[in-house]
Amino acid sequence: MAAVATCGGDAGSAGSAVATGSKSNVTSFQRRGPRASGTNDSGPRLVSITGTRPSVRNGQLLVSTGLPALDQLLGGGLAVGTVLLIEEDKYNIYSSLLFKYFLAEGIVNGHTLLVASANEDPANILQQIGPVSSSRFGHYYDASKRIPQELIEASKWHGFFLPEKISSTLKVEPCSLTHGYIKLLQFIQNIIYEEGFDGSNPQKKQKNILRIGIQNLGSPLWGDDICCTENGDSSHSLTKFLYVLRGLLRTSLSVCIITMPTHLIQNKAVIAHITNLSDIVVGLESFIGSERETNPLYKDYHGLIHIRQIPRLNNLVCDESDVKDLGFKLKRKLFTIEWVQDNYLRQERNIYPPGFSYLLKQKDSAWGEGSLQHSTFLMSFLAKATAFASRLVRHSEPLKQTGSGRICQAAGPRLWHDGRRQEAPGLLGIPP
Amino acid sequence: MFPELNNLLNTTPDRAEQGKLTLLCDAKTDGSFLVHHFLSFYLKANCKVCFVALIQSFSHYNIVGQKLGVNLTMARERGQLVFLEGLKSAVDIFFQAQEKPHPLQFLREANAGNLKPLFEFVREALKPVDSGEAGWTYPVLLVDDLSVLLSLGLGAVAVLDFIHYCRATVCWELKGNVVVLVHDSGDVEDEENDILLNGLSHQSHLILRAEGLATGFCRDVHGQLRILWRRPSQSTSQRDQSLTYQYKIQDRSVSFFAKGMSPAVL
Repeated sequence: MAAVATCGGDAGSAGSAVATGSKSNVTSFQRRGPRASGTNDSGPRLVSITGTRPSVRNGQLLVSTGLPALDQLLGGGLAVGTVLLIEEDKYNIYSSLLFKYFLAEGIVNGHTLLVASANEDPANILQQIGPVSSSRFGHYYDASKRIPQELIEASKWHGFFLPEKISSTLKVEPCSLTHGYIKLLQFIQNIIYEEGFDGSNPQKKQKNILRIGIQNLGSPLWGDDICCTENGDSSHSLTKFLYVLRGLLRTSLSVCIITMPTHLIQNKAVIAHITNLSDIVVGLESFIGSERETNPLYKDYHGLIHIRQIPRLNNLVCDESDVKDLGFKLKRKLFTIEWVQDNYLRQERNIYPPGFSYLLKQKDSAWGEGSLQHSTFLMSFLAKATAFASRLVRHSEPLKQTGSGRICQAAGPRLWHDGRRQEAPGLLGIPP
Repeated sequence: MFPELNNLLNTTPDRAEQGKLTLLCDAKTDGSFLVHHFLSFYLKANCKVCFVALIQSFSHYNIVGQKLGVNLTMARERGQLVFLEGLKSAVDIFFQAQEKPHPLQFLREANAGNLKPLFEFVREALKPVDSGEAGWTYPVLLVDDLSVLLSLGLGAVAVLDFIHYCRATVCWELKGNVVVLVHDSGDVEDEENDILLNGLSHQSHLILRAEGLATGFCRDVHGQLRILWRRPSQSTSQRDQSLTYQYKIQDRSVSFFAKGMSPAVL
């Protein structure tokens, strides 16, 4: 079987000429609208799948992660055919929450689910979340309610619970993948092939997305020792698994979320490998039990969220967000993510009303004991787009705040025009 | 290809050098734009290209290639491009038993294998066809990327052997070029990757190193590119010349400028 695409291969042929055993070249990265020359319109019509929308940047098909705040940070959503890797927080509280949001979004949209876990029965996992309200794209889920039972029964889902699938005697070719991973890959490939998500079966034109969720991948419960020792026997088992999984996803209409306890992985180089083999990597860091709980900057937040990697798919550029310090907080219905400094700035803005000039002494920093970087930060925040305030001048009345309070750019040359300031009319005005 | 990068490297598709090994590496950033550049560069130079794409699918390179002015589908159909899609082949080799040796045979093996089947594939793909049709100028091997091979269980020595064999065949025997991409893990202690990177750095004629800025993320300057010429050719007196530029990646091109001279700052 020609696994290598040479000239005249199966790249351009339409779905009708598919030989048994070889898959037609349906990838999920297809543009909406007129296709590139040379290929007929093979594969299902991608426009009409519920719960998906094309990306504004390049027409790629996106699905919601179940968390609208995260969708915005990822450039609109999760691209079909990619892997979202979540680096778990220390006690696996918020990562399992994101996992459930993802699955609940699939149930609400009628997607097919595949839930794999080594420590919890997939049926239990599915019952632990419930929908509340919907936004334009994605829904908000209430962590305390349970999903209506009829919704679960109406939806199509496949569960992979490792203790059930592993049987003691099984003749399998010695391959350096752990037995659990081999079974999981075969299970996933079976579902994709049987239900036609890869477009290979012309009878089963699949117009749905397969959402795959794998919980705690890499933990010792999967039979992997990557969290126990630094150079174990199966040290490349996990990376091979991720590689084959990536191949499966790229050629099917599916999307995958994996939560992984990377804080337990002993060999840090492996984390770099895992990051390269995943598409989107999001790290969660919760403040429970850490000294950051008492830091006034992180007041009201439950943890930090680090967007470690965003893929560049079909593109030279990617939608990286400008803001890197993101914190999250979980109110009962809402999981919000915002710029950490926003909270701090809200308080500070009351102390330093705009329209005045301030002389900032180093001791005035509200943060630490007059640390230089904190007072510099405060000073630059107050300066906004204007030059640094260095005189104490009081005007007759304070002026309306003009900017957003966020630092957008440093002082630039357009501040001065014809020798007169354009941007800050109030500061140098001569009092009447 | 990016015209500004051609100017910096002082090459055009018509008069590129032959018999060279180019090493692309990236540290703390994504250097895949360099792969797209060289792919479109050599296709425009009318070379026979063998592309071992281990990390992304064919359509990804195709769509970006169209933005850069090359059509990979047509190139593949007329025989100019031989494309090994690693992801698709991995799925095939993992789920179905193969009768004949497959280029990515090492995926099935329990202990660390070697890349001999992959080298056989490359040699077969790039060997000159005697029938004299559609004369391609010279063969080029492009690999994206070698760090994936390390993460899949191969040793650094196996990968270095593979590159050595490829160099001997493609660069010396067939007077072609080899371009490979390796990720630099930076401060993470990855011995195998460091061995591979150091070994390749000593063998290459041209090293392009894309680094993230030391001060962190910036919207207008995406990174810094270090160009290092090694093994100078006999005629000129270039001696390990090194240049550094900063760059910003746009939708269809990459703009380069001297350090600190980003248009956003001026």
